[in-house]
Amino acid sequence: MNAVVKQLTGLRDWVDDRFPLVKLWNEHMGQYYAPKNFNFWYYFGVLSIVVLALQIVTGIWLTMNYKPDAELAFASVEYIMRDVEWGWLIRYMHSTGASAFFIVVYLHMFRALLYGSYKKPRELIWILGMFTYLALMAEAFLGYLLPWGQMSFWGAQVIISLFGAIPFVGDTLSLWIRGDFVVSDVTLNRFFSLHVIAMPLAIVGLVFLHIIALHEVGSNNPDGVEIKKKKGPDGVPLDGIPFHPYYSVKDTVGVIVFLILFAAVVFFAPEFGGWFLEANNFIPANPLVTPEHIVPLWYFTPFYAILRAVPDKLIGVLLMGAATMIFFLLPWLDRSPVKSIRYRGPLFKTALWLFVISFIALGYLGTQTPTPQMTWMARGFSAIYFGFFLLMPFYSKIDKTKPVPDRVTDK
Amino acid sequence: MSRLFTFLLAMLCFELALAAGGHGPAMQPVKIDLSDKLSLQRGAQVFVNYCVSCHSASFMRYNRIAADLDLSEESVQTNLMFTTDKIGDAMEVAMRPSDAESWFGAPPPDLSVVARSRGPDWLYNFLITFYVDENKPTGVNNLFFKDTAMPHVLWELQGLQRAVYHTEAADDGNETTTIERLELAQRGSLTENEYKRLVRDLVGFLVYVGEPAKLVRHRLGFWVIVFLLVFLVAAYLMKREYWKDVH
Repeated sequence: MNAVVKQLTGLRDWVDDRFPLVKLWNEHMGQYYAPKNFNFWYYFGVLSIVVLALQIVTGIWLTMNYKPDAELAFASVEYIMRDVEWGWLIRYMHSTGASAFFIVVYLHMFRALLYGSYKKPRELIWILGMFTYLALMAEAFLGYLLPWGQMSFWGAQVIISLFGAIPFVGDTLSLWIRGDFVVSDVTLNRFFSLHVIAMPLAIVGLVFLHIIALHEVGSNNPDGVEIKKKKGPDGVPLDGIPFHPYYSVKDTVGVIVFLILFAAVVFFAPEFGGWFLEANNFIPANPLVTPEHIVPLWYFTPFYAILRAVPDKLIGVLLMGAATMIFFLLPWLDRSPVKSIRYRGPLFKTALWLFVISFIALGYLGTQTPTPQMTWMARGFSAIYFGFFLLMPFYSKIDKTKPVPDRVTDK
Repeated sequence: MSRLFTFLLAMLCFELALAAGGHGPAMQPVKIDLSDKLSLQRGAQVFVNYCVSCHSASFMRYNRIAADLDLSEESVQTNLMFTTDKIGDAMEVAMRPSDAESWFGAPPPDLSVVARSRGPDWLYNFLITFYVDENKPTGVNNLFFKDTAMPHVLWELQGLQRAVYHTEAADDGNETTTIERLELAQRGSLTENEYKRLVRDLVGFLVYVGEPAKLVRHRLGFWVIVFLLVFLVAAYLMKREYWKDVH
């Protein structure tokens, strides 16, 4: 035994002389001090990474049998579902993973809103995260074309045609994106390329930068207290604990709970009542037959509802874009002296809940066939959505905050 | 928030009412039991006897059916297949697409995943609600697929149904005529219940064909979750042990 340990230590030292192995381990795991009071909301960062890994691994295996060809794509997906050993499992993990990704990312972002994790000094973490979110939306949109069902085809057709609303260059731009006058084999091929190479590379790179930035400033926590301000004689934050082993064992529990829910969907409800896999997408793409209702998947519907709420197409497209881009400004819109919702006043709390309700309501309205009442509701909720951001400099400044403790609390 | 919730709920009910209230008889739900292998076998028999002459199921292989439905390859070969087909072949159709186009106006769709796009309830109701309509080239129409190009292939079994109309005068004096129900005008070789059972078998087979993995995924999923629960207990105990010294 001793000899083996000696051998391994020797190997480690050999590598360490040539590569900062121990240094990296300590900086990011063994001696990365995270606040000890992380709660439920702090699982969603690690869960996002778990889902990312799952999507990459299942994606590699799907690519082995998928054919990015308008003639073959639909059949190749069914071939994976039937003739490829465990193909159905890999495919369901990937399709469920897409929705799971947005669920965990939305909850991860909501955590940032709850505890002010975007505020100084974490503006760059937030911005890098936002870029990751945009890349994720692109990745999901590109990937949804690949099964080449009716919803794949017509969803892509509708979304790409939105670029046509841009004055002067619109038509040229949408032609350039499609590579053809309609969504076609050319489009499918380039979407495949972007989906399996370009976007995953961008996402992995951005996630890397997101984590580097996080580990530079240190994690926020439910109290919004900077733990680095109170350090012990050894230079370790008094409220910090090493990420490994404390959070690695705690996150393992969270990951397993997530996997149980994930497995329940994959094995027992992979279509999730049409929310994760749409019935119409089991009809092969047909450019001659337009489906009655073209609806994007649930994670885009809040923005889709905003688009449809505006009578003018160009303004609708701009507002839809603004609805995602406005998140970037959050660190500078928030003028509150405190970070965490625990010490904020009633104004911010009300605004945040109104925002959450309008986001969910818009998401619901985006899935429905619009009626005049629904369009008006969508307008109202859109106004609340933008009001949350645009009025934030005022209400966050005048809000009555509570005193923030010096150290984290035990809650 | 609760007011909003009530409102959303009301909207939802309104929509359900619209969906159910529509025109004519409501859709009858069908209960499919994929563990009933005998029912699936009967469904396969109906499918090859009545459907495959026009509709393909080109993602479904005969030997997969044999393996999944507890049939020997020999019996599938003698009972379900044309003699020229091989056991590893998919359920292709003998009809030429150009012929289909000229006979029906459109080639009959492939049925491999039809149960996933239409749903079992729709398929069941479609197959039991053909009724006589002299204005149609096929002589029949359908309650759930108006003006379908498909003839009532199973009419010898079900018999022929006649629509009973119901005329209602609205406040503005306009009259609307809707189909109230269908009644049997000419008896078929099966009773109503026998026919419904046959259609249920067929729809069950189509659900199976739509996703053969469904036969295993529930069973496998159960064990995956059992394993994860055991793992969860172990992981939680480990977490508790480590966190003892965090104060």
